[in-house]
Amino acid sequence: MSAATNFLVGVYEDDDVIMQACADIRQQGVKIHEVYSPFPIHGIDPVLGYKRSRLNVAAFMFGITGTIIAFSMQVIMMGYDWPMNIGGKPQVAVPSFVPVSFEMTILMASLGMVFTFLVVSGLGPGARKLVLDPRFSDDKFILAIDVDKNTLSMEDMANLLKRTGATEVSHKEVTA
Amino acid sequence: MGAHSHKSVNLTDRYVFDGAGQRRVIIGMVVGLAMFALGVILMISGVGMSHDDHGASAGHGTEAHATAGHDAHAAAPADHGKSDAHAEAGHDAKATAGHDAHAAAGHEAAAAHADHHGPTWLTRVYANLWLNSLFFFGIALCGVFFVAINYAAWAGWSAGFIRIPMAFGSYLPVGGAFILAVFLLGHSELFHWTDASLYDKASPNFDPILYGKKAFLNLPFYLSRMVFFIGVWFLLWRMIRALSVKEDAEGGPKVTKFYDKIIVLAAVFIITFAVGTSMMAWDWTMSIDSHWYSTLFGWYHFASWWVSALSTIALTVIYLKEKGHLQHVNENHIHDLGKFMFGFSVFWTYLWFSQFMLIYYANIPEEIAYFYNRIDAWDQHYRLGFFFMLVPNFLFPLLFLMTRASKRSFLLIKIAAFAILGGHYLDFYNMIMPGTAKDLGGFGFTEFGALLFFACLFIYVVSKSVASLPLVPKNHPMLEESIHHDI
Repeated sequence: MSAATNFLVGVYEDDDVIMQACADIRQQGVKIHEVYSPFPIHGIDPVLGYKRSRLNVAAFMFGITGTIIAFSMQVIMMGYDWPMNIGGKPQVAVPSFVPVSFEMTILMASLGMVFTFLVVSGLGPGARKLVLDPRFSDDKFILAIDVDKNTLSMEDMANLLKRTGATEVSHKEVTA
Repeated sequence: MGAHSHKSVNLTDRYVFDGAGQRRVIIGMVVGLAMFALGVILMISGVGMSHDDHGASAGHGTEAHATAGHDAHAAAPADHGKSDAHAEAGHDAKATAGHDAHAAAGHEAAAAHADHHGPTWLTRVYANLWLNSLFFFGIALCGVFFVAINYAAWAGWSAGFIRIPMAFGSYLPVGGAFILAVFLLGHSELFHWTDASLYDKASPNFDPILYGKKAFLNLPFYLSRMVFFIGVWFLLWRMIRALSVKEDAEGGPKVTKFYDKIIVLAAVFIITFAVGTSMMAWDWTMSIDSHWYSTLFGWYHFASWWVSALSTIALTVIYLKEKGHLQHVNENHIHDLGKFMFGFSVFWTYLWFSQFMLIYYANIPEEIAYFYNRIDAWDQHYRLGFFFMLVPNFLFPLLFLMTRASKRSFLLIKIAAFAILGGHYLDFYNMIMPGTAKDLGGFGFTEFGALLFFACLFIYVVSKSVASLPLVPKNHPMLEESIHHDI
């Protein structure tokens, strides 16, 4: 058994309240471990200090790889390896290569994005994720603070959570 | 409202289309008209109206064509040239194109009729007016469509500036009147199928293909559906706008009855829009090349209008913001408009390419005639513009608007919007000119003058309409959501 992680868990009733709470708590110098919500809260990323995802850069890279693979494959096959006369078109008939290149771009970009996302988020078949309070998949908003990573006392932080609108505050020990 | 309570909106924000602004736009119209008139005078006196100098050169001087396949044609009165040399050159050039396209289409018997009436300066003038009428009418119509889809989808983000595209509808009667007038005056110049002799079995001009389309392509039916759709679109826009005005006066918090009524009207508008734009695309544009048809033409035509309208909406919103209005509209809203522009530029390309690629690949003569005219005919007269339009319509928006930062920059969205508008004007030019003005098509004073005139007319009518209402629909149920829009 590895060391247990101490979490202070605040339960909020409203997305606007938890958003304001995040801003206030971070202003006090307290690091927030994670916020769990039943639906995406627009605008919470900058409040939590998250940097923008670079998934789109990965998608572009995967996509352009797909384009290059598909296009060069067709040029090599149709133009040099096994030239065929199809309807009197030139061997390297670029317009007819576009659909395949397009599809390959989409395929590579989408699969690449999915797998990148799974790897980065530590998701995948059999992955176990921390559920501090199952009600976050119903109607509650959960704010978790990793106690050991903060300097404030547990009591102070619990009061801070209450002051910012948390209806319940509890301490949870999780063994990884 | 929690973290966003500091955001507010000026409910009495109103654009004033003042005297100086009106004067500028009217000067634009006058300059446009003057350029247009100058261009017409130059054309009448023959400047730039050589039926292509290339026509007489070796490449096209296929006398064999002219004599072998086109006796009837050669005998037709050469009423469209200024001099004999012109007339001959013109006949040669057209004989080549006409022969290839029509003989291939498998009705040699009727081959000669195709060019019984060659294009003149008048054709080019009408084609040009037709092009501008359609382009700006489409922008106005798609502005209303934007309103309709946003209401029908209960969209919140757009509520803060929904009055801008709503104002576009005020151009519908003006644009519709232009379309009707240009058609009534110029249909014999623009639309080959309106020639009555084509349907007369005794006539040498008899055209079995067009005879088969007679049930749909005939003047009474054509005109009635045109008037019907323009009228229905205009009426629905009037009703939606009236309800929005009434909501301002009688609505309030928790009052959604006006909103709900607009949603019903919006749904009706979307249906008539879907059916109508598709049919009007066949009627107004596709029937110029009256033998040819393409099943996705309605979509393609719509995509061109729609992305132009989105660019115009973005430009108008940014213009008003720069004038100090619409302060609650921020880069998040522009980001979404930018996404629309990006997405529908790709959508347009998808349709353009689908149409092009299938026809290119199948290489069936009656289908390829359309692209032959745009790529190879008349000594590759339209080739450069035809392929160049892929740059402003596809490559540029694709690469330029790809990143998040560029879609959130007012300046970059402005640049992209102008590129897209120019590109889609060129797209309409490529749809309309090759089938009408043929080798006489080109960009001169007439084209730029007419474009300037219509653009200024559109700006004038829409500005008046924008100024006639508060910019913010203060009782719109989604207004709060629009102000807090954040992506």
